[in-house]
Amino acid sequence: MRANGKSTMLEKLQNSRNALGLIFMLPAAVLLLVFLTYPLGLGTWLGFTDAKVGRSGVWIGLENYEFLWNDSVTRLALFNTLFYTAVASIVKFFLGLWLAILLNRNLRFKTFFRAVILLPYIVPTALSAIAFWWLYDAQFSVISWVLTRLGLIDRYIDFLGEPWNARFSTIAANVWRGVPFVAITLLAGLQTISPSYYEASAIDGASPWQQFRHVTLPLLTPIIAVVMTFSVLFTFTDFQLIYVITRGGPLNATHLMATLSFQRAISGGALGEGAAISIAMVPFLLAAIMFSYFGLQRRAWQQGGSDK
Amino acid sequence: MSSASTAGPQNLVDTVGMSYLESTPRKLVTVYLPLAVFLFVLLFPFYWMGITAFKPNNELLSREGNPFWIHAPTLAHVKKLLFDTSYPEWMWNTVVVSVVSTFASLAASVFAAYAIERLRFSGAKHVGLGIFLAYLVPPSILFIPLAAVVFELGLFDTRWALILTYPTFLIPFCTWLLMGYFRSIPFELEECALIDGASRWQILTKIILPLAVPGLISAGIFAFTLSWNEFIYALTFVSSSEVKTIPVGVVTELVEGDVYHWGSLMAGALFGSLPVAFIYSFFVEYYVSGMTGSVKE
Repeated sequence: MRANGKSTMLEKLQNSRNALGLIFMLPAAVLLLVFLTYPLGLGTWLGFTDAKVGRSGVWIGLENYEFLWNDSVTRLALFNTLFYTAVASIVKFFLGLWLAILLNRNLRFKTFFRAVILLPYIVPTALSAIAFWWLYDAQFSVISWVLTRLGLIDRYIDFLGEPWNARFSTIAANVWRGVPFVAITLLAGLQTISPSYYEASAIDGASPWQQFRHVTLPLLTPIIAVVMTFSVLFTFTDFQLIYVITRGGPLNATHLMATLSFQRAISGGALGEGAAISIAMVPFLLAAIMFSYFGLQRRAWQQGGSDK
Repeated sequence: MSSASTAGPQNLVDTVGMSYLESTPRKLVTVYLPLAVFLFVLLFPFYWMGITAFKPNNELLSREGNPFWIHAPTLAHVKKLLFDTSYPEWMWNTVVVSVVSTFASLAASVFAAYAIERLRFSGAKHVGLGIFLAYLVPPSILFIPLAAVVFELGLFDTRWALILTYPTFLIPFCTWLLMGYFRSIPFELEECALIDGASRWQILTKIILPLAVPGLISAGIFAFTLSWNEFIYALTFVSSSEVKTIPVGVVTELVEGDVYHWGSLMAGALFGSLPVAFIYSFFVEYYVSGMTGSVKE
């Protein structure tokens, strides 16, 4: 009798947990299902159709992808995206790590430095991109002004008018925006490393480089994996910087997959084709996420915890 | 003992890892100099924004003289921005959209995070993983089908289009962050309250939320800046000037043909950046903990 009563009460509790859980999840779930999950499915479907703005398309199989594969602009955009992501991520990583190590020292005004350094990351990217656009102006760039005054160049640099110049200029803007994020998150990682490791290794006669190589780096690897995954993810899908600074020009030299899909789908009206370009980015993103997943696992394993 | 401490290079190598023993000149070159360069590069664009906003056109479009200073400051660009463009309207739109979507997302996220982390309904783990995956979906692969959805729902070119779509990146982020905060609150507190006869609602509002205030602030500040800075959705889902947000308005409407009004463009960029910078300056610690927390979990 008693046991019976207990079990029904447990059941009730379990039921109410599930019911309550459902109610609590409802607002978030509805919003995410309608505006995230459904569009993801819709995007995949659109990629297989010839939908245009204002006209729902019909199934055309892999035609979009076949067309894009043979489209020189799309190929160029894929190359640009990979180049942009690879160079910007590597530079962001090294500069970010360096900045994090500098900030991890015993400094005066450390909190102030840390706060100020994050500014490029928190202000609207579209707006700081306009500042870069002005800094890269072909006629009145202050960078060119300084370089001419120093006697390093005798003609103003055409930052955005020449393909390779434009690529490196946009990469520089992306690095400027991304370094604070990498630095501050890596700094948080550095601060979790106990100073006793450094003291012990110093007693054993380790040089600063050996300390970095054999103490800092191994202990920082898990967080580096996660931070860089995020960095790669956001660089690969970057849109704002390119759209504001170059709109993909000159001669499509800076078009990324995201800006190209915008141009084809929204400006050009070819929804199906644009959606196919977006979906083509997914495999790359999945690769980045898998990387993150294994990075996280390794972290849990290193700390002696079980995998979540 | 004194001979040991003056043993020379050998001794120096042993202690070089202890930063507090480093000589000041050395630290100046290895730490403060690079730090100063970093600081200069990271902050220069803001200085340039500020100085361009108040510089008269003849100074802007001249290669002579010192460009780093203003010789005759002017408010003409600001005046043009405030009275000849829809800038004030964009500002208002940005505030409305950011505030409403932030609070809506925060509310939805508190319930979702509590349900996943504390109610532990069956399947909670998978839902938690789903939230994390949703966090990884970038807006730039979502905006095309989302534009179709927005259009079907008749929301195109309204503020609602933005208020309802921003939660797609705000809810996953806030929920993920709050899950971490809720996890750090001891179960015992809730058990005590349950024994004392508190309902789940009372536990949430009287025990969990007061303890999670730092997390709520972190999530709120972060969500606010994310929605203030949002660009691609606002660019795609809105086309009339009176519904635009600042980033989109400045980029699409202040650029007229080939004549760039650098002064007003920079003034627009500056005033669009100041509110987030201002809020951020009060909540730096919360912001940083939100940022690192979201990555570390």
